[in-house]
Amino acid sequence: MSETSTGELPLYEVFIRSKNGLHHKHVGSLHAADDEMALTNARDVYTRRSEGVSIWVVKAENIVASRPEDRGAFYEPNDDKMYRHPTFYNIPDEIGHM
Amino acid sequence: MSVSVAEMTEQDQLFEYTVRLGDNCVILGQRLAEWCGKSPVLEEELALMNVGLDLLGQARMLLDYAGKVEGAGRDEDKLAFFRDAQAWRNLLLVEQPNGDFAKTMSRQLFFDCFQFLQYQKLSNSADTKLAEIATKSLKEITYHVRHSSDWVIRLGDGTEESHQRMQKAVDELWGYTPEMFDMDAVDEAMLKSGVGVDLKEIEPAWKKMVEGVLSEATLNFPELTWQVRGSKEGKHTEHLGYLLAEMQFLPRAYPDANW
Amino acid sequence: MTNPDTDIAKLEDDFQKKVDAEIRIEPKDWMPEGYRKTLIRQMSQHAHSEIVGMLPEGNWLTRAPSLKRKAVLMAKIQDEGGHGLYLYSATETLGISRDEMYEQLHSGKAKYSSIFNYPTLNWADIGAIGWLVDGAAITNQIALCRCSYGPYARAMVKICKEESFHQRQGYEIMMTMARGTKEQREMAQDALNRWWWPSLMMFGPHDKNSNHSNQNMAWKIKRSSNDELRQRFIDATVPQAEYLGLTIPDDKLAWNEETQSYDWGEIDWDEFKNVVAGNGLCNRERLQARKDAHEGGKWVRDAALAYAQKKRKREALKTAAA
Repeated sequence: MSETSTGELPLYEVFIRSKNGLHHKHVGSLHAADDEMALTNARDVYTRRSEGVSIWVVKAENIVASRPEDRGAFYEPNDDKMYRHPTFYNIPDEIGHM
Repeated sequence: MSVSVAEMTEQDQLFEYTVRLGDNCVILGQRLAEWCGKSPVLEEELALMNVGLDLLGQARMLLDYAGKVEGAGRDEDKLAFFRDAQAWRNLLLVEQPNGDFAKTMSRQLFFDCFQFLQYQKLSNSADTKLAEIATKSLKEITYHVRHSSDWVIRLGDGTEESHQRMQKAVDELWGYTPEMFDMDAVDEAMLKSGVGVDLKEIEPAWKKMVEGVLSEATLNFPELTWQVRGSKEGKHTEHLGYLLAEMQFLPRAYPDANW
Repeated sequence: MTNPDTDIAKLEDDFQKKVDAEIRIEPKDWMPEGYRKTLIRQMSQHAHSEIVGMLPEGNWLTRAPSLKRKAVLMAKIQDEGGHGLYLYSATETLGISRDEMYEQLHSGKAKYSSIFNYPTLNWADIGAIGWLVDGAAITNQIALCRCSYGPYARAMVKICKEESFHQRQGYEIMMTMARGTKEQREMAQDALNRWWWPSLMMFGPHDKNSNHSNQNMAWKIKRSSNDELRQRFIDATVPQAEYLGLTIPDDKLAWNEETQSYDWGEIDWDEFKNVVAGNGLCNRERLQARKDAHEGGKWVRDAALAYAQKKRKREALKTAAA
């Protein structure tokens, strides 16, 4: 384990659901030796003002991230698919809300 | 207290009983405040202060209530800052110095488990105010138990060094634990009126809880080779006097001031 | 073959265009080395300041004069620990570990705000720190909420939101003291006398003497100049001191109708340099306290890691057996 060799506790990313009905949102990170410690630390660090009803923690090294260089290939092809957006379609005003 | 228990009114007894509960929280909260800026991990600094804040909150509710029960015009701060060591009713365990992190966690585990069981019963108290305070605090204490248990297990089953430190900490504090379950006349009277908790009854449950944690931590359940008691009569170790000297200094030096 | 120099020039140009267009820079985006280095220096210094800043207040935590004040102070110091942690986290996104940052702090390579090298000598100091030191910090931090680096800006937004009670609790302490007994009033004035000038020093050197200002403004790491922010703080704070009936220790302080702001004296920059150079009353204690906490806690962190590893092994064995 690389983290044990340096003696630093591994890095975890923290996601919090602030209330039911909302997504978990990334709030920051912290260090912890294991999952249980990461969870209790997240409670102590990131919910001091009762900001959450549910916490996810995940080891930073386990996150698979897209690269900025992929931005073009990943997202631009969808920029011209305007037909996915409701405003693409002309509906007469008389029809009312649709 | 110069009054013998036989002469105490019910009100005196409830005051005494509530002060005992409150004093544990003040003194342990004060001990945790001493950790400020010294924690082994930054994340743990915040965790320790969360526990400290919970204890201070409990202390304030309890001493405020005690003052009202007494009806002599003493508020939470009069009680916290203007009593000398002999008038304090906190357990000997909670006044013991922090020592290293292992000792603090051991003290915390012993007290957290005790307080958890005590408040579980207290939440059914015939005294509605005490029941209300206990119910509110129980959620906090449940988390404290988890926090200290986790650490005792981690340190006990961690490295050679942490194992030794943890075992030493448990052994050094063990002799202060039997006192927690002492029942004196006030306790008996409060139990009889449905206000108080039968401490003898929770003792086996406490042993079981602590034993479970120690065994998972690969630590030996200590043998009771010595024990001290007496906090219910105002007998304390010398540590309490220094803690109070520091804590009470300002209001004592300027008794007319409001802060 | 493309020319690497023109490549870099193109990247730098694109980067600056993004910054100019107020598009936030995120961790994995390309950024000039200077930008990364400046951010690491500034953000880690900011994080260290939060952590070292816990110590002067912690000095009074065990002596707070009421249970309420003790709880409030504990919550405030805890917030500072949290803010240090948010900032270390944000800095780690730039490719430096928290341990490396600690090492830089402990070796003296990284600085922290020099204000924390001053001692807290009476209880009113806790009020003055909240009112003045946090007040100055908030003035700085509000400007940083629009910093070009995403993680820093987000941390700042969170911190500013949480710190709103810090300055108010400090001012409330000052108010209680200023309206209290004769001794309390003296303590309050004494605290203001000692913390006023160091608070003004927190904004850094005058713009004309500041080395990094222009580049940092262009990169939008800095959004307002030192002198602007300092003046904003003075203009906000002087009436607050008047309301308390306390005297700001500056003979030259006077309202200027024309500029619609306060004229004031001059900071003793020799004292500033002297304290930064290590000759403040508490420099050694502050650093030693941090080293002791980190080095003294090594066995705890080692134990936690060892336990985590054992547990993982045990679980792997269990899965294998199943």
